[in-house]
Amino acid sequence: MNTSQLLGTDPGWIILVKGLIVFVFCVLCTLLAIWAERRIVARMQMRLGPNRVGKFGLLQSLADGVKLALKEDLIPKAADRVVFVIAPVISATTCFISFAVIPMTGRVSLFGHRTAMQLTDLPVGVLYVLAAASVGVYGIVLAGWSSGSTYPLLGGLRSSAQVISYEVAMGLSLVAVFIYAGSMSTSDIVAAQHHWWYSVVLFPSFCIYAISMVGETNRAPFDLAEAEGELVGGFHTEYSSLKFALFFLAEYANMILVSMLAALMFLGGWLSPIPFIPDSFLWLLIKVAFLLFCFLWFRATFPRYRYDQIMRLGWKIFIPITIAWIVFIGGMMQTSWGYLFH
Amino acid sequence: MIKKTKQFLSSLMLIELLKGMLLTGRYFFARKITVQYPEERTPQSNRFRGLHALRRYANGEERCIACKLCEAVCPAMAITIESEEREDKTRRTTRYDIDLTKCIFCGFCEESCPVDSIVETRIFDYHGESRGDLIYTKDMLLAVGDKYEKQIAEDRAQDERFR
Repeated sequence: MNTSQLLGTDPGWIILVKGLIVFVFCVLCTLLAIWAERRIVARMQMRLGPNRVGKFGLLQSLADGVKLALKEDLIPKAADRVVFVIAPVISATTCFISFAVIPMTGRVSLFGHRTAMQLTDLPVGVLYVLAAASVGVYGIVLAGWSSGSTYPLLGGLRSSAQVISYEVAMGLSLVAVFIYAGSMSTSDIVAAQHHWWYSVVLFPSFCIYAISMVGETNRAPFDLAEAEGELVGGFHTEYSSLKFALFFLAEYANMILVSMLAALMFLGGWLSPIPFIPDSFLWLLIKVAFLLFCFLWFRATFPRYRYDQIMRLGWKIFIPITIAWIVFIGGMMQTSWGYLFH
Repeated sequence: MIKKTKQFLSSLMLIELLKGMLLTGRYFFARKITVQYPEERTPQSNRFRGLHALRRYANGEERCIACKLCEAVCPAMAITIESEEREDKTRRTTRYDIDLTKCIFCGFCEESCPVDSIVETRIFDYHGESRGDLIYTKDMLLAVGDKYEKQIAEDRAQDERFR
């Protein structure tokens, strides 16, 4: 029985429980990621970062959330009210729905019921994630446009162009994985990495994915959409209170999502890298945490790219390299060499 | 040619970027220099210019003779003084207000004072909950002076040979 058939046997309440687990996991991870970002970046700048609220300042993001919720919710006069309200919702929901196809671990027993730890296992799971991510950019674009103000508009335009270009590179870098695994379902791809992780076999793809996932999530050094120095925050300049919090949540949830995808596609997901230590959810968590740490590390290290440099990197370097690489991999698969790592 | 190839390879392998990351990675473990304020404090000079105080002589008589030099020299016009003759024919202030929201803590008042009456103390973490709270009257300033007289005198004594 494969994973999607197994998921088909789930009763309704198990789906509800799993949905809840995934959501809570997401939100908790987001809160932790915000805290981790502030602490880690601070440490790299020889500061200590927030350490007052709760142990080691762990509750800092919770306190910030409460503060945001208590702030006045402004809608500018020039704004398109409906779109202005919908935009942050689009941003947040699209990244949360992507988590539906992300498997947390292999088969588990949940309240005496055998099931897989993911909400659904589509045969085109990864495509679904990419599709949801490209809808997510509408959140940013619409936010920028509907604010009725110059800087948000510029931020929105920048991010639409940037996210679209990096999505191409990201999608193409995943194509090599699909060719190798012979599937687009997340759980199948993880299973196919039983012998070798794809980050080893498909190292160029991994590198390009790793860089374009930073561009895709609008994070430093590709954070042109919000470039606080030149655009005063970019697309979210006019946002305040809970709407701003939603953008914040979406950004970090997106980071977690692309890190998870990287862990599943290239780093073997929940598979254990060390023999004799069982596969478990913890492995996935460790891999994701490492990738998130890299995100923060990049942010602490690199200055922001200039806009034309970003576009050049995306279109003139990443896309040609990935296409050549896919052709190469496809050719290899036709020879007896291609099955070397299977 | 060789140089170009070398350059191409190093940019392809992101050498410079990795070097940068190594640097921030090292700083991640470096000793932090943050002073955790309420528990730890940075050392202060004895010439520190903080909250104002009016001093008294050892016999309890207030030093201020209402010469109004401080009022005149104050660049922010934060000081307001009114004076009268007392029964013993000495001139004393009836009103001595410092508006701390105007004060720029330049220390001119302290410097201009011929009797070392108005001084600035080491206190910097006072606060007010409404704007009026930061207008310090004569009584409040005298109270500050009485409370911290020991520290104030010590700081002045340390600075004596430069004055």
